[in-house]
Amino acid sequence: MGITERLIEDAGLRRGVSLLTPEKIEKTIVAVLQGETGARLKTYAETCMRCGMCAEACHFALSHPGDPSYTPAGKVHQTMSVLLDKKGRVDPDFIYGMAQLAYTECNLCRRCVHLCPIGIDTAYIMSTVRRICHKLGCTPQYMQDTAHSHASTFNQMWVKDDEWTDSLMWQEDEAREEFPGLRIPLDKEGADIYYSVIAPEPKFRTQLIYQAAAIMHMAGVDWTMPAQTGWDNSDMCMFSGDFEVMGRLKRQHFESAQKLKVKRIVMGECGHAFRSVYDVGNRWLGWRWHPVPVIHAVEFYWELIQEGKIKLAKKFPGPVTIQDPCNIVRGRGLQQKLREVTRFLVEGDIIEMHPNMEHNFCCAAGGGVINCGPPFKNVRVEGNAVKAEQLKATGVKTIITPCHNCHGGLHDIIHHHKLGMDLKFLSDIIYECMEKPEA
Amino acid sequence: MNAAYEFVTGPLAWIAWGIFLLGSAWRLISMYQLAKKKDASSWAFLDLGFSLRSIVNWLIPFNALGWRKNPLLTVTTFAFHVCLVAVPVFLMAHVALWTEFFGLSYATLPDNVADIMTLVVLAACLVFAGRRLTQKDVAYITTGKDWLALAIVALPFLTGFLAYHQVFDYQIMLIAHIVAGEIMLAAIPFTRLSHMVFAAFTRAYMGSEFGGVRHARDW
Ligand code: HEM
Ligand code: SF4
Ligand code: SF4
Repeated sequence: MGITERLIEDAGLRRGVSLLTPEKIEKTIVAVLQGETGARLKTYAETCMRCGMCAEACHFALSHPGDPSYTPAGKVHQTMSVLLDKKGRVDPDFIYGMAQLAYTECNLCRRCVHLCPIGIDTAYIMSTVRRICHKLGCTPQYMQDTAHSHASTFNQMWVKDDEWTDSLMWQEDEAREEFPGLRIPLDKEGADIYYSVIAPEPKFRTQLIYQAAAIMHMAGVDWTMPAQTGWDNSDMCMFSGDFEVMGRLKRQHFESAQKLKVKRIVMGECGHAFRSVYDVGNRWLGWRWHPVPVIHAVEFYWELIQEGKIKLAKKFPGPVTIQDPCNIVRGRGLQQKLREVTRFLVEGDIIEMHPNMEHNFCCAAGGGVINCGPPFKNVRVEGNAVKAEQLKATGVKTIITPCHNCHGGLHDIIHHHKLGMDLKFLSDIIYECMEKPEA
Repeated sequence: MNAAYEFVTGPLAWIAWGIFLLGSAWRLISMYQLAKKKDASSWAFLDLGFSLRSIVNWLIPFNALGWRKNPLLTVTTFAFHVCLVAVPVFLMAHVALWTEFFGLSYATLPDNVADIMTLVVLAACLVFAGRRLTQKDVAYITTGKDWLALAIVALPFLTGFLAYHQVFDYQIMLIAHIVAGEIMLAAIPFTRLSHMVFAAFTRAYMGSEFGGVRHARDW
């Protein structure tokens, strides 16, 4: 049992591995282990008691009952443990399997932390494996394409500078029919709120920008979006292991907010982007906290509701269920606020999934797994049969989830398992239900 | 036989305790230095309050999700660790040695209670071993190091039990017991048993990250 029995062809991994030599492998692994890791990895490797308690944590393991190679400790056992034992003397074929495992069979969701008595962070170990794969040039092709886009354009989707501002102006134009006087203020100095999004929004989910603008407008928020690079808060480099580019991206994001002298950054409904800005990028840049305060859309909507700035014309018909995005729940503790916002918007019950909140199961798209593209789609869809069961058990038609990855992941799970459920962002519902100017 | 007894309770005991105490101190200090040098972005977030919050919540049986999901292991490991520490520290015969050598004396466990607790430790070792052999997810990740740790822990209790009940030759069993105990002490800093030294810190770190940065529980 193990990754060698389920290898999947990927052009990026294949080409990367074909260029490797044992010397290069050893040198790279030793360089990362000695240069970039320390007491944390060492104690994790040594004090993991191999007790197997974490096996119950991982949706991949639970969706493959009887196959221990999907358990958190089982995945470490096949990757980092081998690198440490052999001091980096492994062959290129090993790197292929290790990369496939680290990039596509772990969402870095940290659920396993809740089941490990020692407090071992398997996600950190898998990120370190990915870091080594990146340094070896062995990354899945689709993910590497997004990383290249980040490196050359500062956004994930090859959006050109003029396309970005064009998209915003186009959405502003459209929205002004429904909301006379609405603006998407570009580069407004000193605004209260700097709103940043992920590049898929201008690329193919422009209605989300429309909706955000509508909500800001009706709530009377003093806000802005940057006209220059920095607007994309997403970060596939964090997941591919290209930490140098990750650092550049996060710096650009913060600096563009600083240049505009805004009070706060509000990030759209995305989980991984929030992780990159709130938890990871700042550390790589040597900042303990953020040079500009950062909040996630869930918290922002919650504040607007507290202040009475969101007025509803109707409520959304429930019942609904909530998919907790790992990165804002285990990553930021927003589970209660998410429920309060939902209760404000929805008429009827919230049917909870079990487990939920901090103990939720990941959508299996996160951690960059969905960005590894079509070759690995079944890995995450079949690897999350437990999520399908969870969703089915709620018996509801609508799933609310404030995260792009959760949307992507659940969308595929819903189709594969023919669940016939709808997915909503909070902004979808706020927009649908809020008071609008008389037509 | 007497000379052997003198040796294992004399010089060998000093050596074992020395390795255990100095070794543990050395491992802790060098790990601390490594952490300061290499893990600044983690170290910066350590927080005493959140560390204790996490440790306390994990010390309550069936409180953490991990415990709730693994009931057999939870019962076993709590019983195991409590007895594992309590028996050697509070055994009458051990306290008598402290009194004899250093004039120290403190509370003791009645012998019959200690006897049962010893059996608890041995039974727990059997459960651990059974899991490693029969439970697929545990078997898959089990390595020689894990068997070694288990054997090192089981032996002093097994030999102690046999010596107390005078099975086989008492003298030989007693010496075997003392040596096994000394091996266990000396092995703590350098085997999987080093989790005794490090586990509080890995837990504390996780507690700090979840408490201070992620604002979520980690149990
Ligand atoms: C005093 C602090 C200690 C803490 C916090 C601690 C904690 C733990 C934890 C969390 C586990 C893993 C889960 C499990 O199998 O139950 C474990 C396993 C274990 N501990 Fe400890 N422990 C401590 C001391 C010791 C000592 C002093 C020994 C022996 C010298 C020991 C021997 C073992 C063994 C043999 C296992 C592995 C059980 C297996 O094979 O699954 N522990 N400990
Ligand atoms: S997918 Fe989540 S639960 Fe599974 S090993 Fe990775 S971080 Fe742990
Ligand atoms: S629960 Fe923790 S200590 Fe036990 S095998 Fe998993 S990672 Fe290792």
